[in-house]
Amino acid sequence: MDFRLTEEQEGIRRLVRDLVEREVKPLAAHTDETGEFPWGPLRTMAKLGLLGLNIPEEYGGAGADHVSAAIMIEEIGRGCGSTGLIVAAHLGLACGPLNRFGTEEQKRRFLVPLARGEGLGCLGLTEPGAGSDLAGGVRTFAEKRGDSWVINGSKMWLTNGAEAKTAILLCRTDKAGGSRSLSQIIVPTDTPGITFGKPERKMGLHGSHTYAVSLENVTVPLENLLGREGFGLHQTLETLDGGRIGIAALSVGLAQAAFEAAVAYAKERKTFGKAIAEHQAIQEKIANMATAIEAARWLVYRAAWARDQGLPYTRLAAQAKLFATEMAEKVCYDAIQIHGGYGYSREYPVERIYRDNRLMAIGEGTSEIQRIVIARAVLGER
Amino acid sequence: MNFVVCVKQTPDTAELPKISAAEAVSGDIKATLVLNPWDEFAVEEALLLQDRFGGDVTVMTVGPQRATEALKDAIARGVQKAVLLDDPAFAGSDAWGTAAILAAAIRKNGPVDVVLTGKMSVDGNSGLVAPGLARKLGATLLTQVVKIVDISGGRITVERQLEEGRETVTATLPAVVSVSKEINEPRYPSFMGIRKAAKAVIPTWKLSDLGLSPSEVGAAAAKAQWTDVRKPPARASQVVMIKEATVEATAAKLADLLMAEKVI
Ligand SMILES: Cc1cc2nc3c(=O)[nH]c(=O)nc-3n(C[C@H](O)[C@H](O)[C@H](O)COP(=O)(O)OP(=O)(O)OC[C@H]3O[C@@H](n4cnc5c(N)ncnc54)[C@H](O)[C@@H]3O)c2cc1C
Ligand SMILES: Cc1cc2nc3c(=O)[nH]c(=O)nc-3n(C[C@H](O)[C@H](O)[C@H](O)COP(=O)(O)OP(=O)(O)OC[C@H]3O[C@@H](n4cnc5c(N)ncnc54)[C@H](O)[C@@H]3O)c2cc1C
Repeated sequence: MDFRLTEEQEGIRRLVRDLVEREVKPLAAHTDETGEFPWGPLRTMAKLGLLGLNIPEEYGGAGADHVSAAIMIEEIGRGCGSTGLIVAAHLGLACGPLNRFGTEEQKRRFLVPLARGEGLGCLGLTEPGAGSDLAGGVRTFAEKRGDSWVINGSKMWLTNGAEAKTAILLCRTDKAGGSRSLSQIIVPTDTPGITFGKPERKMGLHGSHTYAVSLENVTVPLENLLGREGFGLHQTLETLDGGRIGIAALSVGLAQAAFEAAVAYAKERKTFGKAIAEHQAIQEKIANMATAIEAARWLVYRAAWARDQGLPYTRLAAQAKLFATEMAEKVCYDAIQIHGGYGYSREYPVERIYRDNRLMAIGEGTSEIQRIVIARAVLGER
Repeated sequence: MNFVVCVKQTPDTAELPKISAAEAVSGDIKATLVLNPWDEFAVEEALLLQDRFGGDVTVMTVGPQRATEALKDAIARGVQKAVLLDDPAFAGSDAWGTAAILAAAIRKNGPVDVVLTGKMSVDGNSGLVAPGLARKLGATLLTQVVKIVDISGGRITVERQLEEGRETVTATLPAVVSVSKEINEPRYPSFMGIRKAAKAVIPTWKLSDLGLSPSEVGAAAAKAQWTDVRKPPARASQVVMIKEATVEATAAKLADLLMAEKVI
C-alpha cells in the first residue's frame, strides 16, 4: 500500500490551489452576495484543460484519472462552493455519462466542446414529482415521431441549466412504465421549446444557478438517444456513482476551508487571558475536525481510485458521499462555534461555507438514499 | 535565439516567518518550497520571448535535489529544458559563488543571447546573483526591466523602471536581464505541462561537469560568510478596532487617534 499521490496528482493540486487562491477565493463572498455566475475563473479553468480533466484526450479532455478530478473539486470547494458545484455537475453529471455511454459521433459532437470548456453541461433527472424516486416519478415523456424524439414535460433543479450548452434529460420513453421505460436523451439547450425559469432562490451556493425548465415539443433527432433505450435508469444510477465522488470531494474542500478559518481564528481570539486555541474544549473540536476531514478525504480518494482501477465502486462512492457530506456539516457547525458570534456574521466565511455545504447531503441522492445503497450492498441485495 | 532562465527554489512567502535561523543555515527548510515568486516573471518572459523570436529556453537552478521541483514548475509552464546544478562542493556558496556556478553552466549549455533572472529571491533578498552573472559572463547587465521592446541585430532594447520614471535603453547581446513584476502576468502551468513535468528526467551537472575548481565555489570561496544568522525579533504591534455608530464618526475617531500618535 502506498498513500502517496503521484507527481501528476500533486501537480494538479498545486495548480488548482494556486488558481483558486488567485481567482476563486477572492471572488467567493461576492459570488455569494450577488449570485453572479463565476464566469471569470471558469474561463481560466477551461483554458487550462480543467473542465475536461478526467475525460480522454481524444475527446478534448486532459486524460487525467478520477483521483485527480476529486482533488481538483476538493481544491475548488476549498475556495468557493458555488464554483465547485458548477464544475462537479459539469464534469460528473454531463461529461461523465457522455463519455461513458456516448457513441463516437455523439462524443465528437457533444463531449468535445464540453471537455474543452467551450460550454457547460447539465443533467436533468429531478421533476416536481420525482426526486429520490425517479423510476416511479419521472413524467417527462419523449415520443418517437418519424426520425425524432419529441419531448414534453418539466424538470426541476437543473444545476448549470440556463448556463449550459448541452443537457442530458432523463425521459420516459415507454408509457407502459416499468424499470426499462426510461432513457437518457441529449438535448442542446438552445433547442426550441425549452424554457428555463429564473434561478431558484436558495439557502447557499448562490453562484451555482439551479433552474426549473419546461419542455414543450422539444424535438431532437433519434440519434440523440444516449446509451440504450430503456436503460436510462441504470445509466443514471451509474452516472450518480461517479457524481457522488465529486460531491463528496466538494464537501471535503468546504470542510477544509471552514477548518482552516477556525484554526486561524482560534489562534488569534483571546478570552480569559489566552488564545481560545489553548482552551481544551476548543482543542477537542479542532482535533475532531482534523480527524474527520482526514477520514473523509481518504474515503473519497479510495472511491475514486477504485473507479480508476475499474473495480466496483458504487458502495464506496455512496459511503464517501454519506460520510463526507455529514462530516462537513459537523465541521462547519464547529467552525462557526469556534468563531462565536462572528461565525454567525457574513463578515467571516464560515457562515457561507455552512450554507453551501448543506446541499451536499441532499443533491445526487440524499443521505437516506446513500444509506439504502450501502445497506443493500452490505446485505447482498444487489 | 537562445534564452536561459535562472530560478531559485524558495519557501512559500506565507511560510517565511515560521522558518528558524537553524533551518536557514542548514538548508533543511521545513516549509512548502516553491519557485521563487519573482522568478515566475522571468520564466514567463522567456516563454514570451521564445514565442516572439523563436529558439530555445533552458531553466537552471543551483540547489539540492529537491530543487528539481522548482524546475518542474517551469517545465509545467512550458519550458522545454532544465538542468539542476548540484554538488557537495557548492554548499555555502555566496551570491558570487552561485553566479560562478550558473555562468559555467550557461557556457556549457551553449551560445546564449539573453539570461533572465528574477528581481531577487524572497529568502536571500540580495539581488546580487544577476550582477555577478553578468560579470562572470562578460554580458551586459540590465536590471529592473519592465518591458523587452525588441531584440535584433545583436542588440536588445528594454524599458527599465526607475524611481523617477521609465527609461528605454539599448544594449549589446548577450545580456543578463533581471525582470520586475510589471513585465508580464505569469501563466498557470497547464495540465499537459504538469504531465510532462511529472515524466521529465532532469540532468544534474556537478562541479566536474562544469570545469570549475573547488576553490571557485562553496563556503571556502565565499567573499561573504554567514557567521551568525538570527531571526529579527518579532515586532510588537497592537491592533485597535474602531467602530463607531456612523462611518463619519469612525473616520473622525481614526483621525483623532492618528493625530494623537503624530502619524498625521
Ligand atoms: C441546489 C440543488 C441542485 C440540484 N441539482 C440537480 C441537478 O443538476 N439535476 C437534477 O436532476 N437534480 C438536481 N437536484 C435535485 C436533487 O437531486 C433532489 O432534490 C434530490 O435527489 C432529492 O429529491 P427530492 O427533492 O424530490 O426529495 P424527495 O425524494 O421528495 O425526498 C424527501 C425526503 O424523503 C427522503 N426519502 C425519499 N425516499 C426515501 C426512502 N425510500 N427511504 C427513506 N427516506 C426517503 C429523502 O431522503 C428526503 O429526506 C438539485 C437540488 C438542489 C437543491
Ligand atoms: C545552506 C546555505 C548556506 C549559505 N551560506 C552563505 C554564506 O555563507 N554567505 C553568503 O553570502 N550567502 C550564503 N548563502 C546564500 C546564498 O548564497 C544565496 O541564497 C544565493 O547566492 C542567492 O542569493 P539570493 O538569494 O540573494 O538571490 P538574489 O540575488 O536575490 O536572486 C536574484 C535572482 O537570481 C537568480 N538566482 C538566485 N539564486 C539562484 C540559484 N540558487 N540558482 C539559480 N538562480 C538563482 C534568480 O533568478 C533570482 O530571482 C547560503 C545559502 C544556503 C542555502
